[in-house]
Amino acid sequence: MVDVPAPRRAPIGGVLLNQLARRLLAGLPAFPVVAAAFTLLAVAGAVVILVQAELLARLLADGVLDGPSVGSVAAMFGLLAGVFAVRAGLSWAQQALAQRAAASVKASLRRRVLRRTQELGPGWLSGQHTGGLTTTLGRGLDALDPWFTGYFPQLFVAAVVPVAVLVRIAVADLASAVIIVVTLPLIPIFGILVGLSTTRATERQWRALERLGGHFLDVVAGLPTLRAFGRATSQAQAVRRIADEHRSATMRTLRIAFLSALVLELVATLSVALVAVPVGLRTLDGGLTLSTALLVLLLAPEAYLPLRALGSQFHASTEGLAVAERCFEVLDAPGSRGPARSLRRPDATSAGGDDGAATPTPAPGSGRSARVPVASGADPAAPVVRFEDVTVRYAGREEAALDGVSLSVATGERVALVGPSGAGKSTLLNVLLGLVPVSSGRVLVGGVDLADADVEEWRREVAWVPQRPHLFARTVAENIRLGRPDATDDEVVRAARLAHADEFVAALPRGYETALGERGAGLSSGQRQRIALARAFLRDAPLLVLDEPTAGLDAGSEATVVEATARLMAGRTVLVVAHRPAMVLDAGRVVTIEHGRIAGPQLPAGVR
Amino acid sequence: MVRRIAGLLRAHVGRLLVAVSASVATELAALALMGTAAWLLARAAEQPPLAALSIAIVGVRAFATGRGVFRYAERLASHDAALRALATLRGRVYDALVPLAPSGLPAYRSGDLLSRMVHDVEAVQDLVVRVIVPVSTAVVVAAAAVGFTAVVLPSAAVVMAAGLALAGLVVPLLMVASARRTARRLAPARAELAAHHTDLLQGSADLAVFGATTAALADAERASERLARLERRTALTTALGGAAAMLVQGATTVAVTVLALDARSADGGLAGVLVPVLALVALISFEPVLPLVPAVQRLLESRAALRRVLAVLDAPAPVAEPAQPRPAPSGPVTMSLRSVSVRYPGAARDAVDAVDLELTPSRRVAVVGASGSGKSTLLACLMRFIEPSAGTVLLDGRPIQEYDGDDVRAVVTGVTQDAHLFHTSIRENLRLARPDASDDELRAALATARLDDWVSSLPAGLDTLVGEGGGQVSGGQRQRIALARALLADPPVVLLDEPTEGLDPQTADELMTDLLATTRGRTTVIVTHRLAGLDAVDEIVVMDAGRVVQRGTHADLVAADGPYRDLWWASHPALASE
Repeated sequence: MVDVPAPRRAPIGGVLLNQLARRLLAGLPAFPVVAAAFTLLAVAGAVVILVQAELLARLLADGVLDGPSVGSVAAMFGLLAGVFAVRAGLSWAQQALAQRAAASVKASLRRRVLRRTQELGPGWLSGQHTGGLTTTLGRGLDALDPWFTGYFPQLFVAAVVPVAVLVRIAVADLASAVIIVVTLPLIPIFGILVGLSTTRATERQWRALERLGGHFLDVVAGLPTLRAFGRATSQAQAVRRIADEHRSATMRTLRIAFLSALVLELVATLSVALVAVPVGLRTLDGGLTLSTALLVLLLAPEAYLPLRALGSQFHASTEGLAVAERCFEVLDAPGSRGPARSLRRPDATSAGGDDGAATPTPAPGSGRSARVPVASGADPAAPVVRFEDVTVRYAGREEAALDGVSLSVATGERVALVGPSGAGKSTLLNVLLGLVPVSSGRVLVGGVDLADADVEEWRREVAWVPQRPHLFARTVAENIRLGRPDATDDEVVRAARLAHADEFVAALPRGYETALGERGAGLSSGQRQRIALARAFLRDAPLLVLDEPTAGLDAGSEATVVEATARLMAGRTVLVVAHRPAMVLDAGRVVTIEHGRIAGPQLPAGVR
Repeated sequence: MVRRIAGLLRAHVGRLLVAVSASVATELAALALMGTAAWLLARAAEQPPLAALSIAIVGVRAFATGRGVFRYAERLASHDAALRALATLRGRVYDALVPLAPSGLPAYRSGDLLSRMVHDVEAVQDLVVRVIVPVSTAVVVAAAAVGFTAVVLPSAAVVMAAGLALAGLVVPLLMVASARRTARRLAPARAELAAHHTDLLQGSADLAVFGATTAALADAERASERLARLERRTALTTALGGAAAMLVQGATTVAVTVLALDARSADGGLAGVLVPVLALVALISFEPVLPLVPAVQRLLESRAALRRVLAVLDAPAPVAEPAQPRPAPSGPVTMSLRSVSVRYPGAARDAVDAVDLELTPSRRVAVVGASGSGKSTLLACLMRFIEPSAGTVLLDGRPIQEYDGDDVRAVVTGVTQDAHLFHTSIRENLRLARPDASDDELRAALATARLDDWVSSLPAGLDTLVGEGGGQVSGGQRQRIALARALLADPPVVLLDEPTEGLDPQTADELMTDLLATTRGRTTVIVTHRLAGLDAVDEIVVMDAGRVVQRGTHADLVAADGPYRDLWWASHPALASE
């Protein structure tokens, strides 16, 4: 990207490591070691700069004055070559170390963000742009590399090298040192002054710039609409005009923004001139030896370089900081109840700051989670599940998704939920599965409020066949084993047979060991549904939750899925969202949901 | 590729030259500053009269000032050239996209791909600012430094030329090769990690309910750690490039100094004052060359992006326009599809498979079916966005190919799939359909779409901005604006593609009722998955996997066993349980 200024993230005010950067470094497992290494490298770098200048100054001064034979100064040449080699080696070490640190921080950030997404759960994820998040966690994080390999190590160099150089110059020629001491602070001071005086101007233009920059995407995305109304060709001129407006607006901003670069560059080069000319005049007087004069000339630019480099490195790393910001947004997202506590590893004590607030429920094993006696249900007549006046509101929606729903399901009962799409049937199931929190009311599972129960344990009593099951990028067998990782191959095959999946799985090139592509690409929706049914068979849980298991299937696969589903229901408590008569016929009771409410009487099925 | 990029930049050659000249001047000023300063000191040591130094003193000050000023000019000139190149490329890409949208480009099936393409276009800026200008500068400055040295001491010039070529050409090329190898080694690890991310982010519900989240997270973390390990290992080699160039810089400086000293001691072959000048010119001539390693990395990235852009420029239009188009049809028209099939390139089956459809004036047809059943492709055929692979589309009895595409869409248009609201006012969004529409006409269209009360209640009224992608208005208002726009266009054949998509059920049913009321008496094709009110249309076509599986009136279809009755039953459970 071109250096379009990003005023909101500019280092104005001299904040070298803002909060964002400090958080980023907190993710570096061996931060003290890395910091110590960078400090050492910066000190070694400073020493090398001093030695190199010293050797070069002496050699060149001798060359001017005496013209010694190369042989007589061979040792010094050898030393100089060695110093150059060491300098290159230090640069290599710094870059390699920085890149390795970047790799570690990226991995740590990825781990924390992924963990957090699972704590926030499917409810939160459904409102996110998961494709964008996948990109952020993959290629996106690579944008952090410039920060780690450029700006961060440069901080250490900027802290060490100017001081070392200044001390050496002071020893050689105090007058030059004074000039540098006076001018060096001008770089940060001018940086801040120019920054302050231009920020407002740039910020004012920023929004306009953003809008013009977004115009192209807007028009390209709307091109089908433009064509539909015969306006595509007439917009071609507008695209060019706005692109040109964008250019001139950007240039207006840049003319101001680059002023800081101009001032900094001028301070640095004019200071070298300020040092060189008096040094020359004093050499002329015989007040300075040539070798000292050359030493000062060689060292003077090295005093300014690190600070100037720091500024441009910061510019190059703003994109990475934006990605880090996105990651921290996820880490800071207000948490829902959900599976959080069961995900936190006992050893993850340091994670408390990031996710502690989001998990009000006690950790497993603390003894405060209520147990969920479902399978062991002593009283078979007692309801397995009981919704009491449950209301669910989604953020940003006016209408409640569920509005005061009360419903009991007894052990062994089969309840079909019917109603128009969007009426709240799936929300009801998601509440039961602990995927969506209730806004008011409560859900009792085996007599225990789900809000107080250990969700993990409750889910062990449940097998679920969702409307669109996710197939994982693993083998078919591993996909079926999802709910029971320790199941034997025989058990997997048996479950697949019951789900009518065995026929097509056996026909796959590598049978159950066939790896499924991303999102199970290559399987038809009917086949995917049968894999999900096999999962449920293998899970073998007492409560079965089905969400339109035959939605979107063609007639052929529907019949097999219906048959397999009927088999799966046998002997289990069933809650099924049905959208076909076939699914309801087996149900003991039909509950109609409309506009988030239970509508009409709950009729026994078959009264059609 | 290179020639085509050059063609793109040709219009901006003048400005590029200005940018490169300013950049060269900046670097030469730096070189001259140190060279002159070294000469000044060396000459001063020989204790000449002050006048002998005065020119050098002026030079030092001038070069010091010049460097800052030239740098500023270079930054501005190169960004100006880059932004101009971007504007040109955007114009070209837009022209190329016009015949491609929406059926000729896969990017139109994914918002992510579309924004990546727009981002790819911006790579041309990087190419100018980060590649073309620095590389040209390095070449010119290196040549100038070698030329200067050649005049003073030819043998040193040879060494310098070799060193500069090594650091500026050989090292970057080796780094490119190494970067490619690294990318190949990292690619499988990256792909594996991305698959884990997709599974965790899109399958989180499945994982949670089946108690598999912890295990899946552990798997993903292992994959992430594998990638990090590989990255840490390759860091040792990728960091070599910069160090190697520095090593060459040091070796060259030492060698030039040795040669200078040698020439100096050989009986005044070289003036003593020139020894430090040569050494410093050698040292500093590498300054513009050292950044070539990262510049080449940038080149690889922008080249990949620009290659994708060029592919868009080259994409064949899905529909050929006739050389001699028939005059546009006027008045009420009849459209018919005769056994029309459409297959997208690379697809395994037809998206639309032998479909027949008759649209006589004022007839209303509803197309229902699951997503992916071919409904929207059918509309794309009617709008001449896509060429059928078999069968014919007739407009007033003539093959649709005989008409100009824009003329067809003047007759057949409406609310397309994902109808776009532009980031502008409601008025401008509506007038897209009819630029000469008066405010009264706009209000009439809004009233039909039942938006007039809402628009009147807005402080800015018709001038209210709808925000990017219509983000400032609710989903229902968005769809209604799109509907008002279609009504304003008032085409003989109205197409409505999922007009209630993304609305909550109540709003959807309301809008559907309104739609059916306002399209009475107009030729209409409505694609929907909501069945409310479909008893009002003349024919319902049920599609599945590209084929028509059922067709007839609502009464016929509800009476017959089949997918329509199931759908109807599902949305009317009260009927079902009676």
